[in-house]
Amino acid sequence: MVTFLNIFIGGLLMGGIYALVAAGLSIQYGVGRVLNIAHGEFLMVGALITWYLFTIYGISPLISLILIAFVFFFFGFLLDRSLFSRLRNISPSVAAFEANSLMACFGLQFVIQNIAIVIWGAELKGFSYMASPVNILGALFGANRLITLAYSLGIAGIFYLFLTKTRYGKAIRAASQDIFAANLMGINIKFVLSLCFAFGALLAGTAGALISMMYSIHTTMGMEYTVIALIVIVLGGLGSITGSMLGGLILGIVGSIVSYLEPGLTLVAYYMLFMILLLVRPTGLMGRGS
Amino acid sequence: MNFKLISLALIGVTLFFLVLLPFFGSPYSLVLLSNIFMYVVLTVTWVMFCGPTGYISLATSAFFGAGIYTAAVISFKVPLLLTVLVGALISFFLALIIGIVSLRLKGIYFAMFTFGFVELLLHFLLWYETNITGTTGRVVLTLSNQTVYYMMLALAFVTIVFTQYLNNSRYGMALKSIGENEMASEHIGIDTAKLKILTYCVSSSFVGACGVVMATRWTYVDPKIAFNPLYSFIPIFMAILGGARKLYGPILGAIVFTYLQEILTTRIPYYYMLFFGLLMVFVITFLPEGIVGIIDRRLKTKIN
Repeated sequence: MVTFLNIFIGGLLMGGIYALVAAGLSIQYGVGRVLNIAHGEFLMVGALITWYLFTIYGISPLISLILIAFVFFFFGFLLDRSLFSRLRNISPSVAAFEANSLMACFGLQFVIQNIAIVIWGAELKGFSYMASPVNILGALFGANRLITLAYSLGIAGIFYLFLTKTRYGKAIRAASQDIFAANLMGINIKFVLSLCFAFGALLAGTAGALISMMYSIHTTMGMEYTVIALIVIVLGGLGSITGSMLGGLILGIVGSIVSYLEPGLTLVAYYMLFMILLLVRPTGLMGRGS
Repeated sequence: MNFKLISLALIGVTLFFLVLLPFFGSPYSLVLLSNIFMYVVLTVTWVMFCGPTGYISLATSAFFGAGIYTAAVISFKVPLLLTVLVGALISFFLALIIGIVSLRLKGIYFAMFTFGFVELLLHFLLWYETNITGTTGRVVLTLSNQTVYYMMLALAFVTIVFTQYLNNSRYGMALKSIGENEMASEHIGIDTAKLKILTYCVSSSFVGACGVVMATRWTYVDPKIAFNPLYSFIPIFMAILGGARKLYGPILGAIVFTYLQEILTTRIPYYYMLFFGLLMVFVITFLPEGIVGIIDRRLKTKIN
């Protein structure tokens, strides 16, 4: 029974992290059509800034988190205004824009990663913060994991309310359904798209801040998280926040079961799941029909 | 003298020069040119399928890695040409599998599927090698620079000639019509699925053969070296850099890229990936038609 609980709750906590990692990419692709391959690099930078501020100045990761949220939001907004809005202008179709922005993000990934390597080097780093164990029905988990789960559920809740209750939330949902029509309805599409990319960057950065408290981090870790995020959003449906929450939790539990049975095959299982889902139901579990 | 004759003569002279190069060129020039030929094969084969149809395949490194691994497993046991053939065949069948299950996926979904396929192959092989065979890396047969050079020259030449032939044939036209409107081309009687899959398989088998030959340059390979996702993205970048609309675009892109890489890795080894990232973003945002686009514009203004 304790083993089962360990697997289940461990999976749930892992899933919370995965959901958080994926949520940003889900908004960026779902609304803005930017399949941001550099998503994991934003996360990495968030994690390393948190590590740096904690080890050098002793600033609590939870304070860095708020700081990172603002900085990344601003930076993401600027990036969309400068790079992706230009790409939108020169691309003749949505498909061409998706291809162009994918390649631009791939270039961006090199830029961000290599700047980080120049600043921080490539060796493993880590610190432990709030790692004291918490007993849940006989199974032990670090307090920082519970905080991460709470944060990711909280973020999901806030975003849900934001998307359903506010004017800008409505504008974003309208844009994700039909950009052209939304534009005709008088929505400032450029602003909304930049807003979405900025939110994505914010989510990636804060996810990085939380991850730095739990795992060892390094400047070349971005791609792993990008791949996880890709799998989760395909699982949950591109562009659906609730979908990526659900997808994250499912992936967490699947990962936790597989790593209990055969640890070496966890990633293989993820990719199998990913590819089967792409073939059987490319719109994802919560996605709209094509 | 017409334009076609001049260009044929030019190609002939270049080829003659390249064939004789090992007799007077430095060893370094052979290594550099072999690298250029490798990237030419990777880029031209990518453009062969993805250019006209508009599908974005990120599985180049799967085929390249399959070739590399073939060389690692059998290069000591069988003659070289047979290894190349086996590598090409394995890539052919890998592409067949991807093609059959995934070519109904459109746009970004196909890109993600092929990307996932490479990672799946990589991680499965990593697990298999550490847990079943108990090896972490393999040694590959080493060949002389000259052998690698001639093999790559032949491969690049065959790839280019084949692509040129394909582009001008009715199959090339059919591929282009798929890129423009898949449903319409199906209605005019093109067997789109068969044509897409076959082209994908043939283009991939060139990549597999290329992997076999280039593996001999590395002497030691492991799954992470063989299935490096970089080899999926770099050819696309070279195609964009050169311009994918004409056949000489990707070739030009590969040459410029390899030469730049050669200079930058020696001059600024710590910053060269950073530089590439910036170059990539720059080319995509400001030169969407690549080098070919610039040349075309110059020619047009001259004529007018």
